[in-house]
Amino acid sequence: MTAAVFDPGAAATEATDAILRDTLHGTARGVVVDSPPGAGKSTLVVRAALELADAGRPLMVVAQTNAQVDDLVLRLAEKNPELPVGRLHSSDADPYDKALDDLPNVRKSAKAGDLNGLSVVISTAAKWAHVKVDEPWRHAIVDEAYQMRSDSLLAVAGLFERALFVGDPGQLDPFSIVGSEQWAGLSYDPSASAVTTLLAHNPELPQHRLPVSWRLPASAAPLVSGAFYPYTPFRSGTDHGDRTLSFAVPSDGSGPDRVIDEAAESGWGLLELPARHTPRTDPEAVRAVATVVRRLLDRGGAATSERSPDAAPLTADRIAVGTAHRDQAASVRAALTELGVTDVTVDTANRLQGREYDVTVVLHPLSGRPDATAFHLETGRLCVLASRHRHACIVVCRAGVSDLLDDYPSTEPVQLGTLVKFPDGWEANHAVLARLAEHRVGWRP
Amino acid sequence: MSLISTLARLEAVSTGRAQPAATVRHRRLSERPLVFVPLTTAGEAGAPLGALVGTDRDAPHLLVVPQPRDRDLRFAFLAELADVVLPYIDAYAEDVEAAERNETDPETGQRVKVEVELCADAPQLIVPSRAGVDFVRLLGRSMRFRRTAEQDPEAPYPAPPRVPLLGRWLTHFAERARVPGSSLLLAMTDVLARHWATGQSTLEDQHLGALLAWIDLPDGETGAEAALRAELARDRDGQLLCPPAGPATDPAFDNKLLAPAIERYDRARTALAAAEDGLEADDRLGDLTAAEREIRALVASRTRPTWDAVWRGLDRLRELPEAARVEERWTRDRWSFTGHRDRVVAGEPPQPRHDDAVTAANKLAAREREQARLEAQEALDDPLVMAGRRLSGEAFAGEVTDVVMAYSEGKRPSPRPLVTVRTDDRPHLGERAKVFRSLGGKPQSAEFVGYEGDAEDDSALIVLRVLDKMGRGKEPEEGSVPEKGDVLCFTLFEHEQRGGAKLPDPEQTPWTHGGPPGEPESEAADPLTEEDVL
Repeated sequence: MTAAVFDPGAAATEATDAILRDTLHGTARGVVVDSPPGAGKSTLVVRAALELADAGRPLMVVAQTNAQVDDLVLRLAEKNPELPVGRLHSSDADPYDKALDDLPNVRKSAKAGDLNGLSVVISTAAKWAHVKVDEPWRHAIVDEAYQMRSDSLLAVAGLFERALFVGDPGQLDPFSIVGSEQWAGLSYDPSASAVTTLLAHNPELPQHRLPVSWRLPASAAPLVSGAFYPYTPFRSGTDHGDRTLSFAVPSDGSGPDRVIDEAAESGWGLLELPARHTPRTDPEAVRAVATVVRRLLDRGGAATSERSPDAAPLTADRIAVGTAHRDQAASVRAALTELGVTDVTVDTANRLQGREYDVTVVLHPLSGRPDATAFHLETGRLCVLASRHRHACIVVCRAGVSDLLDDYPSTEPVQLGTLVKFPDGWEANHAVLARLAEHRVGWRP
Repeated sequence: MSLISTLARLEAVSTGRAQPAATVRHRRLSERPLVFVPLTTAGEAGAPLGALVGTDRDAPHLLVVPQPRDRDLRFAFLAELADVVLPYIDAYAEDVEAAERNETDPETGQRVKVEVELCADAPQLIVPSRAGVDFVRLLGRSMRFRRTAEQDPEAPYPAPPRVPLLGRWLTHFAERARVPGSSLLLAMTDVLARHWATGQSTLEDQHLGALLAWIDLPDGETGAEAALRAELARDRDGQLLCPPAGPATDPAFDNKLLAPAIERYDRARTALAAAEDGLEADDRLGDLTAAEREIRALVASRTRPTWDAVWRGLDRLRELPEAARVEERWTRDRWSFTGHRDRVVAGEPPQPRHDDAVTAANKLAAREREQARLEAQEALDDPLVMAGRRLSGEAFAGEVTDVVMAYSEGKRPSPRPLVTVRTDDRPHLGERAKVFRSLGGKPQSAEFVGYEGDAEDDSALIVLRVLDKMGRGKEPEEGSVPEKGDVLCFTLFEHEQRGGAKLPDPEQTPWTHGGPPGEPESEAADPLTEEDVL
């Protein structure tokens, strides 16, 4: 045993301790934490919230979606059922997860005034923006801060004195549905991410990062780290062989079955369809995705991992399908229903952010396209799609994407004063394709 | 590009002419728009070469800068432009009606209604293309910080009196043009491309001549042929038959015609300055005037075809009836116009170079709201636009086949009727998705319950639960619940936009965004640089 051997647990603990030290005892008004996919961001948020509450500091938590808020409330209650937690929600119908009704110490209200005095109050950024306070909260935690837009931080930043900002810089940047070029280069560009603005105005804030991904398997972490986090590498918490995926029913020799076996073996699989320009909802590709999912379920998959040494069955809720566009997701859902598959999550990259599955099936964002737009080249989109899985990721794609990439280098205008984002989407796409090419299976044998 | 616009473009290719992309006109066209066709000097950002401007299609004002690098001539051009544009704007500023606006009472902090003036109509500027909008913005920026001799006797190059004011107005028009659905400043190419689909790319659609070639087709030709001719055809001297809509000019024109003419003008001017007696000066003044007239003729020859094209485009657009909700959006333009009029009258400083953090965030939020509003309103106003949304699964239309009365649970049961709609559309309905239909101009919402049985052929039976707009009683008000046989259209998108949260005042800008911006300092015009040779 030498000192050079990497102990993921120890490295992660060390990072977490430093973050909590800065958060609880530091002097800076803000602490920024970069977290790669599955590095225990939620665990960190829950732990920081509990410690701040223990220290008697009233805490507000800002998350981006209602699902994230409900998830945090459930995790907090799981760790400390005694903790009085407030869930501030909207006045729409069904504003929160019904599971919260079973938690005795969680108070729910659409009015911030009703939640006064509770140790922790949690809500979405959109809801917090409507809250008025006489005295700001001593502390805040801003979750998914890289997915939060600068203007929504502007709306809530007056509510707290200091804050812990946690997020994943590699995922999708926030977007706006109208042009915002006129503010490009301004430190407070309202369409930029909250962290970009925060650091532009407060460059001295301590910045940390979590060094270990517990979600991504050893087969995926180096690729995702190298392609999407070239200057802030991370490791997987598990090693090769710690996780296995096996199937009771042998392959029938078809493309879908062979790609499943390839992915089970190596962590990656590329099911390649013949080159063709198609509409966005490419019927053949959609059918291929649905068939792969159907076969994953039919073949009696079993997953072993550090969590469960006994093989856990690969059920529908452990599989997800990811697409770039909503209409693609809808088409895949329809195709799955035709094959009698229900309960498999099918969603766009935006909505899959922060989620985790055993196996993911991805319709490549550039599959069948005649052109490569900035939307489809965005690194975050591919990063989200390629980093949701614990065991294996199967990509369905038309041939010819790497030629397409060469035909369409990124041509976005360079704006003065903006930080050039690395890696660029073109390069990241090539890196992922090159790796996938090693695990290519043709649609027909 | 949506599926329906791809289809329309394919049809345009196969039929050889533009296909309608709308059945009504989605932008306001003023009865008396001010058309502005500017040209700029190659290689000199913000140095106008000339323009045609005016409200009378048969009698445009021709403004020319015979030597674009001469600051005095440039100012003379801008002063002339101000003499045309500002009286046009002022005519609208004076005609007002009474209106109410919600304001925060500074003492109580309560929202109160205040009686204010609202201009009864607003001016409208029309430029040929998107580049023209950018040029209006650039002109506005170059003028609004200028100081007149009256404001600042020390200013090195004092601007003519009304030029800074024109700069503020052009800035306002150009900024308003960034708001989706606004009509204060329109680019003709954008408006035409909104209403017709051509058989060429969206990039090619930005060439006004080529775009009109598809839409306003000469007899016996296809759109593709006519567009190609508009783009490339040249006369014997190598000049384009259809000059670009500007503000940039064709290099062949610059090199072969304009540069020699300007050189002759420069020579004549130098000669005049060197004249030794009155008789000689008279002669040379004649040469100078001739040289200037030549440049004026050149500028007129390159702007007039574009001028006529803009009016032809207006003719075509006026053939379409105005969409129902355009009036509402135009009222917002009138508010915007009135607001700027009031700021000018109140003696406020010109718009700053950069927005502060709060202003930028407010503008972005407002534009996003307007974009969503525009998309919803265009679909509700226009069955062809709605067809596109139906095709993309964001709406569905069909006949009501069954209505079953049901009630909500609770102490006071309210009506929650179940409505079954048969549709051939394929909407992307998620579990308990909300859908909306227009009921007397207001959105009525319903909830997706599920699909019923197997409908024959390709249609689906969609069961919805109607949620609101049925009155307060136990029984729904008459006409508020769909009836069997009604043909309805439901959308998955909302019809109206909620206002966003109020942002802090700029003085309350938080530490994350750099804190309060501090006192606004009066901004100076751009300083002189070595490149400013004249």
